Amino acid sequence: MTDRVGIIGIGQSNFRSRRDDASYPDLVREAVVPAMLDAGLDFDAIDAVVYSLSPDAMVGIGNAERLGVDAVGGRNKRFLRINTGGATGISSVTAAYYHIASGVCDVVLTAGADKVGECGDSQTVLNKIWDPTYERALPLGTINMLAMSAVRYMQRYGMTEEDMAYVTVKNRRQAALNPRAHLRKMVTIDDVMDSRVISWPIKLMDCCPQSTGGAAMVLASEQFIRDNNLDAVWITGVACRAETYWMGDRMGNNPTAEHADAYALGRSFAQSYRMAGITDPAKQVHIAELYAPFSNTEYHAIDAAGLVANFGDSIKRLRDGEFELGGRVPVNPSGGTLCTNAIAVTAMARVAETALQVWGRAGAHQVDGARVGIASGNGGDHQIFGTMVIEA
Amino acid sequence: MELLGRQEVWNITYDHALGETASYFFTQIRDNGKIFGRRCAKSNKVLVPPRAFSDETLLPTTEWVEVGPGGRVEAFTFVYEQFNNLPPPPYAFGYVLLDGADTALGGYFKGVDLTNPREAAEALAIGTRVVTKFAEQRKGDVLDFWFEVA
Repeated sequence: MTDRVGIIGIGQSNFRSRRDDASYPDLVREAVVPAMLDAGLDFDAIDAVVYSLSPDAMVGIGNAERLGVDAVGGRNKRFLRINTGGATGISSVTAAYYHIASGVCDVVLTAGADKVGECGDSQTVLNKIWDPTYERALPLGTINMLAMSAVRYMQRYGMTEEDMAYVTVKNRRQAALNPRAHLRKMVTIDDVMDSRVISWPIKLMDCCPQSTGGAAMVLASEQFIRDNNLDAVWITGVACRAETYWMGDRMGNNPTAEHADAYALGRSFAQSYRMAGITDPAKQVHIAELYAPFSNTEYHAIDAAGLVANFGDSIKRLRDGEFELGGRVPVNPSGGTLCTNAIAVTAMARVAETALQVWGRAGAHQVDGARVGIASGNGGDHQIFGTMVIEA
Repeated sequence: MELLGRQEVWNITYDHALGETASYFFTQIRDNGKIFGRRCAKSNKVLVPPRAFSDETLLPTTEWVEVGPGGRVEAFTFVYEQFNNLPPPPYAFGYVLLDGADTALGGYFKGVDLTNPREAAEALAIGTRVVTKFAEQRKGDVLDFWFEVA
């Protein structure tokens, strides 16, 4: 593939618990308008829209993409909704990428919004992602599912509750610099350790918030970008992978995808690195926005992204400051999913923040000199993953 | 200006069919207090809960295999937070690899002191031997059984 795909416009809300001043389509439009202004294009230039929307029950509107069509200027355009749970946002950017890479479209808008704060009961919604035949009667939800991943990660690599707290402290400190982040109050190790236990070993401050807001991105072909003399950063690697539905198959005798780790995420990163020509990510990647809604999951995401030599090395290296702003490879300089989780667009925010970083437009949480960045999204019961490499 | 809201409740009742494989599994639990998995003839793996096909070989499973009642802890968590539509806390649940199975089965752990989660985590450490217990009155459901430290 010689003709690259570039990112030419980005819009994001300032994410909050609730937005009583904005309806659901208002929030989508709130992200779309600045993305279009950033791209410097009129809606007539948009060839297709990829709509980013995870489970309907989170916004409480069945097929809410119906309401979204107007907000994205989708009338009489190619229009497609994507839902891969938490990975939805990066899957939407991926679908937009392929519309262009296939040669069918020159300019594609992807956008969405979520109002998780209005649901206020995301674990009831997320319990429903489990199979009604065998597992629904169990108290499964994403917190419990990832608490069990943490327990296995502790056993394999020696992670402690305090190690988990270090992730929260780092990400909150970084979110304090990002006006779009939802949880921006800095916390200490003691604050996290003293917060109430939700699902051991996960405590309240190890958890992401339920956020409200929108995100939008405009992508275009290299030819279009050159012909119109536009500014862009480039998606040089893109991949996605899925693994088995059955959590119990990710443990037991010789599992393919160990539940402690993020196996398919690692496979996805490996493919996106190959595409981008990255052979040593620990040396070649300057900034990472890795989807990690609970503190413990940032460790296996760092491992899977190949930012450390061996699985579990992330624990000590994070404590040494390697993944802080100013460190070797800052991870989630925006504060990440741990500080902002508007589920339908969370993984798009990972891509958007990475793009802003390599563009040099991230503001107070800018990583100095960042030219190569990576982004990821995790969806379902830690089952569906998307990854990207973005370069200036 | 004054900003208004509206409350909406979703309350939908589904009547799910379980299919042949799960129907056999739950019938055995209800009538005999036994847990069965399905073996894949190609990989020789016994899948619990049982499935009609293997996601690895993509072939139909071919044989019913009784597993348990003993097993070992593979994962656990202790829940101290009240979630809507979930049981009152605290409770322990997780996954157990039953003897003869290759994949782990979810269920509650009972008889674990949850006063201190760190101590409870030591009592249920991964690899701990457990045994499956069955309710006296069974209706054919995953809540008909639970695990206790052996």
